[in-house]
Amino acid sequence: LQANSRELNSTFGYPNNTIKTSRYSVFNFLPLNLFEQFQRLANAYFLILLFLQLIPQISPLAWYTTVIPLMVVLSITAVKDAIDDVKRHQNDNHVNNRSVLVVMNGRIKEDKWMNIQVGDIIKLKNNQPVTADVLLLSSSEPYGLTYIETAELDGETNLKVKQSISVTSNLEDNLGLLSSFDGKVRCESPNNKLDKFTGILTFKGKNYTLDHDKLLLRGCIIRNTDWCYGLVIYTGPDTKLMQNCGKSTFKRTHMDHLLNVLVLWIFLFLGGMCFILAIGHGIWENKKGYYFQDFLPWEEFVSSSVVSAILTFWSYFIILNTMVPISLYVSVEIIRLGNSFYINWDRKMYYAPKNTPAQARTTTLNEELGQVKYVFSDKTGTLTQNIMIFNKCSINGIIYGYGYDKNGQRVEVSEVKKVDFSYNKLADPKFSFYDNTLVEAMKKGDHWVHLFFLSLSLCHTVMSEEKVEGKLVYQAQSPDEGALVTAARNFGFVFRSRTSETIMVVEMGETKVYQLLAILDFSAVRKRMSVIVRTPEDRVMLFCKGADTILCQLLHPSCRSLRDVTMEHLDDFAFEGLRTLMVAYREVDNAFYQAWSKKHSEACLSLENREDKISDVYREMEKDLMLLGATAIEDKLQDGVPETITTLNKAKIKIWVLTGDKQETAVNIAYACNIFEEEMDGIFIVEGKNDETVRQELRLARKKMKPESLLESDPVNTYLNTKPQMPFRIPEEVPNGNYGLIINGYSLAYALEGNLELELLRTVCMCKGVICCRMTPLQKAQVVELMKRYKEVVTLAIGDGANDVSMIKAAHIGIGITGQEGMQAMLNSDYAISQFCYLQRLLLVHGRWSYNRMCKFLSYFFYKNFAFTLMHFWYAFFSGFSAQTVYDTWFITFYNLVYTSLPVLSLSLFDQDVNETWSLRFPELYDPGQHNLYFNKKEFVKCLVRGIYSSFVLFFIPMRTIHNSVHSDGKEISDYQSFSLLVQTALLCVVTVQIALDTTYWTLISHIFTWGSLGFYFCILFLLYSDGLCLMFPNVFQFLGVARNTLNLPQMWLIIILSVVLCILPVIGYRFLKPLFWPADVDKIMNRIHLWTRHPLLPPTQTKLRHTRPRRSSYAFSHKQGFGALITSGKTMKDKVFKKNSFSFKK
Amino acid sequence: MAMNYNAKDEVDGGPQCPPGGTAKNRRPDNTAFKQQRLPAWQPILTAGTVLPTFFIIGLIFIPIGIGIFVTSNNIREIEIDYTGTDPSSPCNKCLSPNATPCYCTINFTLEQSFEGNVFMYYGLSNFYQNHRRYVKSRDDSQLNGDSSALLNPSKECEPYRRNEDKPIAPCGAIANSMFNDTLELFLVGNESYPTPIPLKKKGIAWWTDKNVKFRNPSGGESLKERFKGTTKPVNWVKPVYMLDSEPDNNGFINEDFIVWMRTAALPTFRKLYRLIERKSDLHPTLPAGRYYLNITYNYPVHSFDGRKRMILSTISWMGGKNPFLGIAYIAIGSISFLLGVVLLVINHKYRNSSNTADITI
Repeated sequence: LQANSRELNSTFGYPNNTIKTSRYSVFNFLPLNLFEQFQRLANAYFLILLFLQLIPQISPLAWYTTVIPLMVVLSITAVKDAIDDVKRHQNDNHVNNRSVLVVMNGRIKEDKWMNIQVGDIIKLKNNQPVTADVLLLSSSEPYGLTYIETAELDGETNLKVKQSISVTSNLEDNLGLLSSFDGKVRCESPNNKLDKFTGILTFKGKNYTLDHDKLLLRGCIIRNTDWCYGLVIYTGPDTKLMQNCGKSTFKRTHMDHLLNVLVLWIFLFLGGMCFILAIGHGIWENKKGYYFQDFLPWEEFVSSSVVSAILTFWSYFIILNTMVPISLYVSVEIIRLGNSFYINWDRKMYYAPKNTPAQARTTTLNEELGQVKYVFSDKTGTLTQNIMIFNKCSINGIIYGYGYDKNGQRVEVSEVKKVDFSYNKLADPKFSFYDNTLVEAMKKGDHWVHLFFLSLSLCHTVMSEEKVEGKLVYQAQSPDEGALVTAARNFGFVFRSRTSETIMVVEMGETKVYQLLAILDFSAVRKRMSVIVRTPEDRVMLFCKGADTILCQLLHPSCRSLRDVTMEHLDDFAFEGLRTLMVAYREVDNAFYQAWSKKHSEACLSLENREDKISDVYREMEKDLMLLGATAIEDKLQDGVPETITTLNKAKIKIWVLTGDKQETAVNIAYACNIFEEEMDGIFIVEGKNDETVRQELRLARKKMKPESLLESDPVNTYLNTKPQMPFRIPEEVPNGNYGLIINGYSLAYALEGNLELELLRTVCMCKGVICCRMTPLQKAQVVELMKRYKEVVTLAIGDGANDVSMIKAAHIGIGITGQEGMQAMLNSDYAISQFCYLQRLLLVHGRWSYNRMCKFLSYFFYKNFAFTLMHFWYAFFSGFSAQTVYDTWFITFYNLVYTSLPVLSLSLFDQDVNETWSLRFPELYDPGQHNLYFNKKEFVKCLVRGIYSSFVLFFIPMRTIHNSVHSDGKEISDYQSFSLLVQTALLCVVTVQIALDTTYWTLISHIFTWGSLGFYFCILFLLYSDGLCLMFPNVFQFLGVARNTLNLPQMWLIIILSVVLCILPVIGYRFLKPLFWPADVDKIMNRIHLWTRHPLLPPTQTKLRHTRPRRSSYAFSHKQGFGALITSGKTMKDKVFKKNSFSFKK
Repeated sequence: MAMNYNAKDEVDGGPQCPPGGTAKNRRPDNTAFKQQRLPAWQPILTAGTVLPTFFIIGLIFIPIGIGIFVTSNNIREIEIDYTGTDPSSPCNKCLSPNATPCYCTINFTLEQSFEGNVFMYYGLSNFYQNHRRYVKSRDDSQLNGDSSALLNPSKECEPYRRNEDKPIAPCGAIANSMFNDTLELFLVGNESYPTPIPLKKKGIAWWTDKNVKFRNPSGGESLKERFKGTTKPVNWVKPVYMLDSEPDNNGFINEDFIVWMRTAALPTFRKLYRLIERKSDLHPTLPAGRYYLNITYNYPVHSFDGRKRMILSTISWMGGKNPFLGIAYIAIGSISFLLGVVLLVINHKYRNSSNTADITI
C-alpha cells in the first residue's frame, strides 16, 4: 500500500474502517433470524410436525395447535435477538461515527472513523483512542516516541512506548511533508497476533523494516503524547483488535447436554409408543374396523389395515408431540434471563468504591453456578488486591511498624492510630502507617533513617507525573516499587521528578537534585537493582535494593552484626507473609567511579557476550555494601478472601490457585487465604525438571494420600486398564487426609504431556488445595481443559488479567474481576464481579437458587407434559387406536403456552428453599448441585413414572365414573365433549396442585400466577365454549355449551377432588418418607434450619476465623528487566514536563 | 402445614455508598423484588402437616364414598339386551339383513316399582363413536343452518358428502349411522290387553344443542323447501325433514338426531331415548309387573359384533346408577387413613431410633 494515495490503495480492495458486529439488517432480519432459529433441533422438529399436520389424511389435530405455540416461541426469540442486535447497531454506529483528523492534501480535515481508508495519514491526540492499526510516523515527543495504554487489548494498564523509525519521525507535524509522504508499505496479511508485525517501508528508494514496535493498534489509547501522526495499515475488520475478538466459543451447560440427551430419549420413547399404537391400530382395523365399515368405511386409498396402521403411526406422532414440549427451550431461556437479572440487581454484590454491580454477561449458564466443583483462581488482583502497602521496616537494626500500647506490648494494628503525615505537604493521603517512632526518628534527623528513605526515593525506576501542584502521581513498573517510593515520599523524601540525568528529591521540605550516573538494572538472575548518583554534596553514592539472599553475600564484612539482626527481622516479616527487600548503600570514590564508568561503557559497546560482561561490571560495583535495613511490603488480600475460601471449602468446592507468580509468593498467599492450612497432613511439591522425576514425585504424593491407588487391584486402575477408549471419566477418589500440592510451570509442562496427564490428574484431584505457579496463560487453560476432559465436574475460572483470559474461556464458567488490570478478563468472562468475596454469594446463593429452580422447573415441566400427553395413549385403547385426541384442540394449543406456563415461571423465578442467610451459613447445602442430584436421568425417569401414574389416574377415574353415567336430569354425560372437558379440567387441577406442592416460597406473585392461571382457564373455557364464538366459527369451536352443561355436575367435582388426592398423596408420602428412610445431609440441615426459623432462640454461631501465619519468605520483586536502560537513555524523558516542573519549584 | 411468614427485615449488608454520590450511581435498587426478598409464605412438609392430611382425607372421603354408594344403589335400573345373537331370543330372526322391516317383542318383569321420572335409554356396545374419522365426519355449519354449508358440506363429511351429485343433509358418517330402531313399552296389567306406557320424546337433548347449536336452515315456508337441493343420508329411509311430525322437533332440531350427534366418549355407551314422566305422587311411574318391549329392528350391529340394549333407569341427585365413584371414594379414604397410620408408626419409630433429634413434628 502507498501512503496518501487512495486511488492506488482502493485497487487492493481493503475493507473500510467500518466495523460491524451486528448480525442483521432491517431487511434480512426475518429470513436470517428464522433460518438461524430453525437450525435448532427443537424448532426444526416442530416445523416438520407442522408440515405433517398439513396432510389431512393423517392429521388428528388442527394446524393451529402447532402453529400458534411455534409462532409465539419464535417471536419471543426473535424479539430478544432483535433487541440485542439493535444494541449492537447502536454501538457500531457510535464507534463508526467518532471523528478523527485526517491529513488530506496538506490540510487537516475532520472525518468519521468509518471513512478512514488504508493509506490515509491520520493525526491522533492525547487520550484519543487509536482509530485503526496505524504505522507510527511521528509524534510530539523526541525520537518519535509515543506512549500508549493497551488496557483494552491485553489488559495491562501500564504505559507502553512505541517508537517510529527515524526517517518518518523527521516528518514531525509538517503537513506539507506528511501529505507528500509517499512511502510504500509491504506487510503481512491481517492476523490476530497482537505482538507480531512484519513489514517493509519503502521510502525514497530505501527499505526500512517495520516491527510491532512501530505499530499503534486499534483499541489503544494515546497517553502522555500531545499528538502523533500515523499511516493507516489495517482497517475495520482487518485490525488486530477485530481479528482477536468475536471468536468466543459458545458455552453450554451440563444441563443443556442433559436436556439434549433427554429429548433424544423422549424421541425414542415417542417412537416406541407410536409404534405400539400403530400396531394396535392395525390389529383393531383388522378385527373390528373392517367390520365396522357399514358405519365408517375406510378411505379409498386405504387398501388394508397395514396401510392404515402406517398412517396412524404418523397421526400419533403428531398427537404425542407434546412430549417434547415446544416451550421448553424458551422457558429455560426466560428463567436463566430472570436469574441473571437477579445477579445484576444484587446490592450485596455491588461494590460501592468502584460503583460496579455484579454483571451477568452470559445469561445461559446460571444453573451451572450451582454445580461448581473446582475453582481455578488467579492470584494477583483476584485473591490479592494487587496493592502493595509499605507495612514495616527495619532500619539499622531497629524494627518499625508495629503498634505498641502503653505497656510496650505489641497490639493489633487496627487499634493504633494512624501516623499523622500533616507535616509533609507532598504526602500521599492514602498512605497509612501505624508506628509513630519512625516519624519521630525522622524528625529527629536520624542519619540512618534519612539515608534509608533517601535510598528508597532514589533507587527505583518510577516515573512521576505532577498534573496539579503538589499532587504527584507515580507510574511504577511494579506495585512493590510504587509502595516503596510512596513510603519514602510520605516520610519526607519525596521523589518529585526525574530526567535522564537527574533525580529531584524534596528532602524534608528541601529540594535537592541528584545526578543520576547509572542504573544497574534489575534482572531475574541478579534479583537486585542499584543506582549510582552524585549527591549535591558531590559524593558518588550507590544505592542498592534486592533479595536478602543475594544482598547478604555482597555486604561489607563490617556490618555482619547488623546483618544478623536484620535477618531476624526479615524472618519476622516473612512469618507474617510480608514481601521483603533489603536495602544497602555504598559510597564510591570518584576515581573508582570514573574507572568503572569507563569499563561499563566498554562493556555496553562490546559486541560479544555483552550480557555477561555487563553483569561482571555490575558485580564489580555492587560489593562491600553497607546494610541500611529492610522493607516489608504487605501484598494486601482482598476483603473477605480467607472467609470466602473457607466457606467455599465447606461447600466442598476445591480451589486451585493458578498464578504466574513465584512459588514463594504464591504459597504465602495460599496460606494467608486458607487454601493451605497449617493442620494439613502434608504438602507435596512437584518441581521435577524432566518427566521421570515428575512422575515419581506425583506417584509419591499419591502413595502417601491413598496407598492402594497404586495397586493393580484398585478399581480406578482396573477401570483405566479395561477402558482405554478416549471419552472416559475418572471417578472421584478419596484420600486419607487433607493434602496440598504445589507444582510449578516447568514440571507442569511435563505433567501435561500425554502419558503423565492421568497421573497428574489423579494425584491433584485428591488434594484439597493446589497451587500452580509460574504458569503461562496457555498452561492455565490446559489445566482447566484437562479437568474438563476427564472429570464430570463443573469448573469455574476466576481472574482479572489478560493472562487469565485463556482459562476464563476454557472453563465452564469464567468470572472476571473488574479490578485493577483493565477490562480484558471482564470482557471475556461470563460473569463479572468486583470482589473475590462476592464469589461465595454468586455460587452459594445465586448459583444454588438458579440450580434448584432450574431443576424444579425441569422436573415439573417434564412431568406436566407427560401427564398431559400420555392420556392419549390410554384413550387409544378405547377409541380404536384412531389417534383421536382426548382434549379439545384449543386445550392442546393453550396448555403449555397459557394455562401452565405462568405458574411454572413463577416457581422458577421466585422459589427459594432456604433464604440467602441460611445458604451462606450452611455451605453444605451446595453439595447436591455438585453431584447434580436434583435433576438427572434418574430424576427424569421419576418424572416419567409420575407422569404415567398421573395420566393413568386422570384417565381411568373419569372414564369409569362417566361410563354409563347420566346427568341428574337424565341426559347422558358420557359424550366425548363432556369427557374431554372433564379430563382436561381434572388434569389442570392436578397439575396446579402439584406445582403448589413444589413451591416452597409463596410470594404474592406466585399466588396470583398459580391460582390465577387456574381461574384464567375457566374464563377462557367459557369464552371458547360461548355461543357467540361457536356460532361464528362452528367448525373451529365445536364445544358449544359443554362448559355450562358439565361444570354443574356433582360428579365432575367429585372426580376432580378424587384425582387430585390420588395424584398428590403418593407424592406427599414419598417426600415425607424419603428423608426418614434415606436421610441426606441436606435434609438434616434443612430440618435444623426449620427448627431454627421456628425457634429463633438458638442463634447459630459462626466460628471466627483464625489466621495462622506460616513461616514463609518471599521477595518483593515483580519487575521487568530493561526499564532502567530506557530511563538512562533519556528516551522516556519529557523535557517540557521537566521544564514546567522546575518552573513551578522556583515559585 | 407449618407456616411462617418470612417478611425479612434484614438490614442491607452491602457496602455503603460514598457520601455525595457519583453522577451515575449504578447501585441496584433496594426493592424487595430485585433483592429477592419478597415476603413469602413458606409451607414445609413435616409430620405435623402430612399425617393430619392423610387422616383428614380418610375421614372425609369415607363418608362421602358411602353416601355416593348408597345413593347409587338406591337407583332402580334394568337393562335388556335385544341384539338377538342368542338363538332363543325373539329378535334373533331380525339378524338376517333381508328381514326388513322386522318386529320383535321382548318380555321382562320389573321386580320393584320404579318411582319418580324414569328414563329410557338405548345402549350400544362395541360401537366406536369416538373413532377419529367418525368424530370429525360432520359439518357443524350445516347443522347450524348455514345455507352455503347446506348445499356445499365440508370435506370432513367424505365419503358421505354427496350422493348422486346432490349434497347430503345432514352430511357425514355420524348422521349417516343414526340409530333408527323404534322402541315401545307396554305394561301387561291385570287387564286383558297391555297398556302402552307414554313415552315423551322431547326434552331429551341438551338445551344448548337444541336451541343454539342445531338450527334448521332458514328460507322457505315448509321444511321440505328449506332442504331443497339436498338428499338424504345413504342409510336413512326418510329425509331429514320427515323425522317427526311436529315442526319444532323436525329437521336438524329433531332431538333423537341431536342426541345421536353428540358422539360418545367410549365404545360402550347409552343414549337417552325417551322420558317416562311421573304421573302422580301416589302411583309409581312404572309399577312392578310384567312388561313387554316392542322393537322395530332396523339398526344392524351384528356385522361388527355390536350389542343393543334398552335401559330403564330412575335418577338421583348425581345421575344414574354407577357404583364406581362411591367405591373409589371409600377405597381411597381407607387407604389414606391406613397410610396415615403406617406413616405415624414409621415416623414415631424413626424419630425415636435416630439419635439426632432434628427430625421435627
